[in-house]
Amino acid sequence: MPFKNLTALSRFRKLSINMTNFSRQTASDILSRLTDGSITAASVTASLSQTIRDRDSAVKAYVRLNPDLEKSDISGEIPIPIAIKDNICIRGHEITCASKILKGFISSYDATVIRKLKEKGLPIIGQANMDEFAFGSSTENSCYGPTHNPWKLTHVPGGSSGGSAAAVAADEAFWALGSDTGGSIRQPAAFCGVVGLKPTYGRVSRYGLIAFASSLDQIGPLTKDVRDSALLLNLIAGYDPRDSTSADVPVPDYTQALTNDVHDLTIGIPNEYFIDGMDPEVKEAIRAAIDVLKSRGARFQEISLPHTPYAVSTYYIIATAEACSNLARYDGVRYGLREIPATARRAAIVDMFEETRDAGFGAETKRRVMLGTYALSSGYYDAYYLCGQKVRTLIKQDFDNAWKNCDAIITPTSPTTAFRIGERCADPLSMYLSDIYTISANLSGIPAISIPCGFSREGLPIGLQIMGPAFQESLLFRIAHTYEQAVSWHKQKPELIPSSSVD
Amino acid sequence: MSVHTPQDFETVIGLEVHLQFSTRTKIFCGCENAFGRDPNTCTCPVCQGLPGSLPVLNKTALDYAVKTALALNCRVNTYIKFDRKNYFYPDLPKGYQISQYDFPIGYDGQIQIPQENNDTEKVIRIHRAHLEEDAGKLIHDSDHRCSLVDYNRTGTPLMEIVTEPDLRSPQEAYDYLTRLKLALEYLEVSDCDMEKGSLRCDANISIRPRGEKTLGTKAELKNMNSFKAVKAALEFERQRQITVILSGGTIIQETRLWDENRQATQSMRTKEAAHDYRYFPDPDLVPFTLDENHIERIRQTLPENPESKFQRLQSDYGVSAYDARIIIQDQYLANFFEQCASVFTETKKICNWINGELLKEFNTRKISIRQTALSPKNFTDLIRLVEEGAISNLAAKEILPLLFETNQTTAQIIDDKGLAQVSDDGELEQLITEVLEKNPAVVEQIQNGDHKAVGFLIGETMKASRGKANPKKVGTILQRRLIHE
Repeated sequence: MPFKNLTALSRFRKLSINMTNFSRQTASDILSRLTDGSITAASVTASLSQTIRDRDSAVKAYVRLNPDLEKSDISGEIPIPIAIKDNICIRGHEITCASKILKGFISSYDATVIRKLKEKGLPIIGQANMDEFAFGSSTENSCYGPTHNPWKLTHVPGGSSGGSAAAVAADEAFWALGSDTGGSIRQPAAFCGVVGLKPTYGRVSRYGLIAFASSLDQIGPLTKDVRDSALLLNLIAGYDPRDSTSADVPVPDYTQALTNDVHDLTIGIPNEYFIDGMDPEVKEAIRAAIDVLKSRGARFQEISLPHTPYAVSTYYIIATAEACSNLARYDGVRYGLREIPATARRAAIVDMFEETRDAGFGAETKRRVMLGTYALSSGYYDAYYLCGQKVRTLIKQDFDNAWKNCDAIITPTSPTTAFRIGERCADPLSMYLSDIYTISANLSGIPAISIPCGFSREGLPIGLQIMGPAFQESLLFRIAHTYEQAVSWHKQKPELIPSSSVD
Repeated sequence: MSVHTPQDFETVIGLEVHLQFSTRTKIFCGCENAFGRDPNTCTCPVCQGLPGSLPVLNKTALDYAVKTALALNCRVNTYIKFDRKNYFYPDLPKGYQISQYDFPIGYDGQIQIPQENNDTEKVIRIHRAHLEEDAGKLIHDSDHRCSLVDYNRTGTPLMEIVTEPDLRSPQEAYDYLTRLKLALEYLEVSDCDMEKGSLRCDANISIRPRGEKTLGTKAELKNMNSFKAVKAALEFERQRQITVILSGGTIIQETRLWDENRQATQSMRTKEAAHDYRYFPDPDLVPFTLDENHIERIRQTLPENPESKFQRLQSDYGVSAYDARIIIQDQYLANFFEQCASVFTETKKICNWINGELLKEFNTRKISIRQTALSPKNFTDLIRLVEEGAISNLAAKEILPLLFETNQTTAQIIDDKGLAQVSDDGELEQLITEVLEKNPAVVEQIQNGDHKAVGFLIGETMKASRGKANPKKVGTILQRRLIHE
């Protein structure tokens, strides 16, 4: 027994709370306390470092920590440390996409989002774990091993931005950047009980985001609440001349949207999303969330997104086709892993390509490269890729039609809560179905946010997804914030006992 | 139809020309587009294909492509779309080349070539002309048994110009390339230098029995470093294919490399080993529509094409076809000719001087008209003064290069150098008296009837005058003083 008497116990608690309090707070709270001078930036990074030391051996959210975090320049406007998914380039730092093939690769430049964060003075905590090249929904496909869900260490944090979501959930980061190609921000946000936003395609520059599927990828924030999400989007959004797909659309101050008012809004509920495979606890939580928003004055209406059943297969054709091309550059010629067949005295260049890619890519990566190659192959292009693009257009049209009847759409983020580590590894199809509610937003380019809306009896978080028309992030923040004001799910913390306090 | 002899076959050729644009920067990044720099010094994350980097289209490269397409009489696609051509090769840093697949900038174009054995022209159809990025350059280091890659060339804007299979002989292929190159040079979008690789050519060739409508199996020929090599490779390949067929064999579809040393082609890869390029639209470059007005503005900047210049020099100025063909090899020279012709009507004389002395000087100095200060006024003054006998031909040849680097007038130079021809009788008489005194033996020879020796004395007088004496007048005076007196 570590504690001899109650006085000692209470003293420890007080100490412990003081120590961890900083890291438990939201970025916005820290920012206002920095502004009023009640805390210092140095103490913020110090307490964060302590939390990471206490917890990350169990959570394994990070693949790389910035050894100089506590020595970071904290004189900037927003000196609140941030975690970065391991697929966003930081000049002078190793970046791997959690793949063996990129181990040792140092980026020679900053992604546009990193440049923007540095300009505002955000120190970088480290790089967060992910599924290799963002291929996965559990962060199990990482060459560094899986990240654990802070709410239940035996369970996955979701993916592919599982490291970013787990870091925020475990208070190992105030906020984090992830990337979302088919749900890779929103699904882990739901599994870890944090807020995750996939912005409109083109809202945030992709320059320096290592591509998975270029027409679907988008960088976005993972945060402890909706306000932080709006604040972080303010920092990263905007047109970038280095990214031809970024949109030259004005960036509003998203924090101005946090109005706690939805009375004039009509929110759609798609028939097609409430399917048999849905976990009854998830269904119940969503219904309850709908009731909360109704009580705040929102009107709800059933809508139809008729092409939803084709979304998953469409996604896996387009995403893998683009991925197989995007991953072609990992050939051992210029950087990263290079393997030369041991048997051949003079290996042909093609042998090096094959050997390197065989040794460097994990099983899921190989599977997707093969699927994509097949979908683009001569004789199959029309049946797969071209057909996929046509269905994608139909899915977009579904949403265009939906906006005639509603302002936003509410769905679950994922049909289930977090599953056990290893549970779905042998069954890629069941893994692919975890993205069933999220991929339509990527296919149609619209913004979508996942916010906590309850817990299962097992104590695992449940996520609510809100989707809106392109460039209507403010609307999503407004609805999400209004809901958040009425509930307290986002304030609950996982009972991770800091290992240093259990001596 | 049975085929027994080489004459029973028809040759079918199509050409693919790659043209590097001389834009200041590369096609998808801001790197300098330069030739001959130290390896890998003109590179950045984008053209090195580093993870996370993205391409942004160079608008000038697009304008050059439109200009080229228009000059080749192509229809222009206003829908601008780029595709990825996927294949693995060490000189290709992204594992794909950004190119255009189903919407080439230009299509359905044509250029004309001379017909063999008659004066009419033959139309060669351009199938397509599309914009893409160049790959890097492999350098094989046999000393260290390794290959090195230079990515400076990666991302150089490249236009691929593909003909229909309309060419029927290696000579036609040569003529096409000659015409094409001149037309491209006029556009000033490329230096069109095969030695530097800014103009490259691959050839597709097949044979078929005369009268046959369907195409035979083709071979693709690569690695020709000059138009002469293209012609030689096609000659070789035509013979090879005929020999194969006549000996009962069949042609297989393959890529063959031209070996300049052996003057032969050899197989590189067969169709079975051919790539499936898995083209698909590049999601990093959003398609867009080009404004028709913009295309029209580019059309306004097109220079007169070389063939219409060729015709016009003949019809407007009475220039011979021979002279016109030489003059239009450089559009600035042709323009210079026209400026000369507007101030000096004796166009034949201008042609003679351009195609004689002027081009001789240019060739020895390895320069062209644009690199000189030569003005049409000075040049025509020079010709006129020779015609009027004010200066000698010899003096004119001495003056011409001086006009390349000066803003002095021809008259000023003649004055400065004292090159005005001496026609003054008194001066000449005096000069000749001195010459006669120095050559009494020759004088005697002439007076004894050997009139041919007068030529020698003319030469001596010219020498004594340092070329300034008017040779005609010197001759007349000598005649008078030695023969008629």
